Amino acid sequence: MLSSVRKAGCSLWRGVVAPRSIQTSSALQHDSLFVHRDSAADNPDIKFEFTPDNIKRADAILAIYPEGHKRAAMIPLLDLAQRQQGWLPLSAMHAVADMLKLPRMRVYEVATFYTMFMRKPTGKYHLQVCTTTPCWLRGSDEILETICKNLNMKVGETSKDGMYTISEVECLGACVNAPMVQINDDYYEDLTVQDTEEILSDLKAGKRPRAGPRSGRFAAEPLGEPTSLKGEPTGPGFGVRADL
Amino acid sequence: MLRLGISKVLSGAKIQHVAVVSRAASDIAKKPEKIEVFIDDKSVMVEPGTTVLQAAAQIGVEIPRFCYHERLAVAGNCRMCLVEVEKSPKPVAACAMPVMKGWRIKTDSEMTKRAREGVMEFLLVNHPLDCPICDQGGECDLQDQSMAFGSDRSRFTDIDFSGKRAVEDKDIGPLIKTIMTRCIHCTRCIRFASEVAGVDDLGTTGRGSDMQIGTYVEKFFMSEMSGNVIDLCPVGALTSKPYSFTARPWEIRKVDSIDVLDAVGSNIVVSTRTGEVLRILPRTNEEINEEWLSDKSRFAYDALKRQRLVTPMVKGCDGQLKPVDWEAALLTVAKAMNQAGNKIGAIAGGLTDAEALVSLKDLLNRLGSENLCTEHTFPMDGCATDLRSTYLLNNKIAPVEEADFILLVGANPRLEAPLLNSRIRKGYIHNETDIAVLGPKTDMRYDYEHLGEDPSALNQIASGSHPLAAKLKKAKKPLIIVGADAMARADGGAIRTAAMKLSQELQSNIVDGEWKVLNILHKVAGQVAALDLGYSAGVEKIRNADGIKVLFLLGADEGTISRDDLPKDCFVVYQGHHGDHGASIADAILPGAAYTEKQATYVNTEGRAQQTLVAVTPPGQAKEDWKIIRALSEILGSKLPYDNLDQVRYRLEEVAPHLTRYGAAENANYFKQALAISTMAKGNISNSPLDVKQKKLEDFFMTDAISRASPTMAKCVAAVKKHMESKY
Repeated sequence: MLSSVRKAGCSLWRGVVAPRSIQTSSALQHDSLFVHRDSAADNPDIKFEFTPDNIKRADAILAIYPEGHKRAAMIPLLDLAQRQQGWLPLSAMHAVADMLKLPRMRVYEVATFYTMFMRKPTGKYHLQVCTTTPCWLRGSDEILETICKNLNMKVGETSKDGMYTISEVECLGACVNAPMVQINDDYYEDLTVQDTEEILSDLKAGKRPRAGPRSGRFAAEPLGEPTSLKGEPTGPGFGVRADL
Repeated sequence: MLRLGISKVLSGAKIQHVAVVSRAASDIAKKPEKIEVFIDDKSVMVEPGTTVLQAAAQIGVEIPRFCYHERLAVAGNCRMCLVEVEKSPKPVAACAMPVMKGWRIKTDSEMTKRAREGVMEFLLVNHPLDCPICDQGGECDLQDQSMAFGSDRSRFTDIDFSGKRAVEDKDIGPLIKTIMTRCIHCTRCIRFASEVAGVDDLGTTGRGSDMQIGTYVEKFFMSEMSGNVIDLCPVGALTSKPYSFTARPWEIRKVDSIDVLDAVGSNIVVSTRTGEVLRILPRTNEEINEEWLSDKSRFAYDALKRQRLVTPMVKGCDGQLKPVDWEAALLTVAKAMNQAGNKIGAIAGGLTDAEALVSLKDLLNRLGSENLCTEHTFPMDGCATDLRSTYLLNNKIAPVEEADFILLVGANPRLEAPLLNSRIRKGYIHNETDIAVLGPKTDMRYDYEHLGEDPSALNQIASGSHPLAAKLKKAKKPLIIVGADAMARADGGAIRTAAMKLSQELQSNIVDGEWKVLNILHKVAGQVAALDLGYSAGVEKIRNADGIKVLFLLGADEGTISRDDLPKDCFVVYQGHHGDHGASIADAILPGAAYTEKQATYVNTEGRAQQTLVAVTPPGQAKEDWKIIRALSEILGSKLPYDNLDQVRYRLEEVAPHLTRYGAAENANYFKQALAISTMAKGNISNSPLDVKQKKLEDFFMTDAISRASPTMAKCVAAVKKHMESKY
């Protein structure tokens, strides 16, 4: 994706000016930044506090880990903070560090390592479109295009009202139900363009669309009739030599 | 964070804890059998648990490495130390793999060579080819090892597709320059910061080829020993900012020397070129500084070119100091001294060497004066400084890490002696040392029990009425470290006596005959030598002496005495190397040599004599200090009986033989006698709170005539202040 942008940029450049050989170092290979920059939405002055409910949850999480190993609760606590806020601001990382009595850097390390910790403002609905090979073969490009057109956004953007974020992700492990989209914690599978639009209109209407396959399948069974293993299972001794 | 010792973890499970201890005890009793392994078919007997890399080092086979460092935890992430082990299908990382009995390790086999070549190729894929403009060039581990173990040709043709990784540089302060693209992710700096420096601000962010080393948020690496990451960095990612683009390692001359900016006496290497000190690096000395160096010692060298006194000066009739030649200056001083008779006093500053001290003492003694004192105060009541054990760090620096209980009294070792503090922290992390502090609450980089600021707590501990007393008495290897600031108080003598009393009591429980509980931590390098030579501590003597006609300041720059303390007609001579406070009140100035410019003896706080060597010549007309005094003595008509350094040192040996036994720290004794004499002195501990002068990091950088003249140190102070305002 990024490389194609680069290539397009290169050809544009070549079109305008005579071709010159220049070597640049690679741009970021990742779509997120691994250093923090203070912004209006994310800076250490913004207060973050766990809600009373979440404090109870945090205590329950901490209780799982023995004394001396409390830092193992870091990922669940960061997840809790992310669920509360919708994304993971710097001050939430600080809150977790204080809770675990750890240096803040140790929390930054973990939060930047895992891609599912969203370190920039993310919409209420995070639409993660799988574009890895099986989904791509089954038409994920159209699904992505539909979503982008419908929401009038590009991949990686968050809508101005803070409702939607579109990301292009690698395999989410639902290849058998390709193409698929993950919206927050739910998988929407076996999608067509119509299904996608339906899901989006449900979201816009404030409804929670039904998760799971859209093709009428229950789960990952074959579509329509089973094509194999149709008869009764054979019993023990099947195909074994008679003299054994 | 690192300190998750077994006893702490299992605080709820005492039985298990006991089981662990007893097993450890039986291990010691059994003394594990050594096991035999073969390195390149050579047999070597090693303790169980030794890593392949250590076993190889025992017979002198060096395995290449980037991330492994003897003084840091094993990380095992650079993979450069891969070696073949017979019957193992894959090469193993030598730094992290403990040897097993009978292993045959091949450090030179085809598999090993290919593994190294492969690792090197991957490291170089993302390493820029900027050696010609890199400050590490010529002393770079990556450069050296790619020559020795890398492939002889490149397969890197990926320039058009994705190019090499680029990482933005970080701003981590005025001392360390970062070029993060060069980083090979060895994580040595992270481990140093978190284990040795105790500042958990560095880490890795991101993952895979986007991983980077940094602080994530904009933050300085605020440590008093941050400069060590420059030495640790195997590539040019972290280099010295003040030294950047200055010189190549092959063009500089290196001179072994001693640092004098604190009382630890760290061993250093002074790098010079064309008569200029270009940088200072630490020199390994296991008994003192290991291989670390504090930032002040490492970076204050730029002051050696600034604010220097380069020519003798005499105050003219208009009250202005005017440059004169040596002859005129010495004649003026001699004239004043001749007129003064025995109404002469001398104050020696904290940077003064033993040769100058003994020359000045001999000279004044010959003129009939005994008014010789040091600028830094020390109790002169009780047994005064007659017995060495009352003013030395008796237990030495290295064993501090073995202590199980350390009581700090009016000391802030983190800023007064950072390398001693790194030993305390080492004990705290690896040896479960408990630390208690009597004095102001400051950040020491380890947790401690704060006992308040009332010095009389010492008496309570000794009498057993203090809650800490029982714990302290149970300790097998307790240490009491009394700081120079506590000793400088008016009731310093009483505090010292209380500390001596307590130490004596604890001493009787200790089995180890070599272990000394009582330790004094000095702040300046010249103090111990001055006390050894019989100077009296503190300037009270000069203040009280009536009618001082000539005051000789030998590098005394702390402003402990001012014109108001002296009679109006007193002639002040300043001999030293920097135009600081001392020079500003002087009538005549005799320019001396700084520690990099003379061969001189310094005694550190342990009482260990060490010598500096001449790295550069003194600037302008400045001369070595003892020579100036010797020349002056000749003009005065009471010529000192030494003409060269050997003769001065012979004289030193006459006065105090240990002063010329370089490298050795002689044990001091007579603790009981010292206590007996001290208890006869009157005076009680006042209840004014104990204080230390250096509390915050910004107080660390500028403490003496040299560091006060250093622009780099000024930048550090500014950076720390700026950092205080930062949100992170």
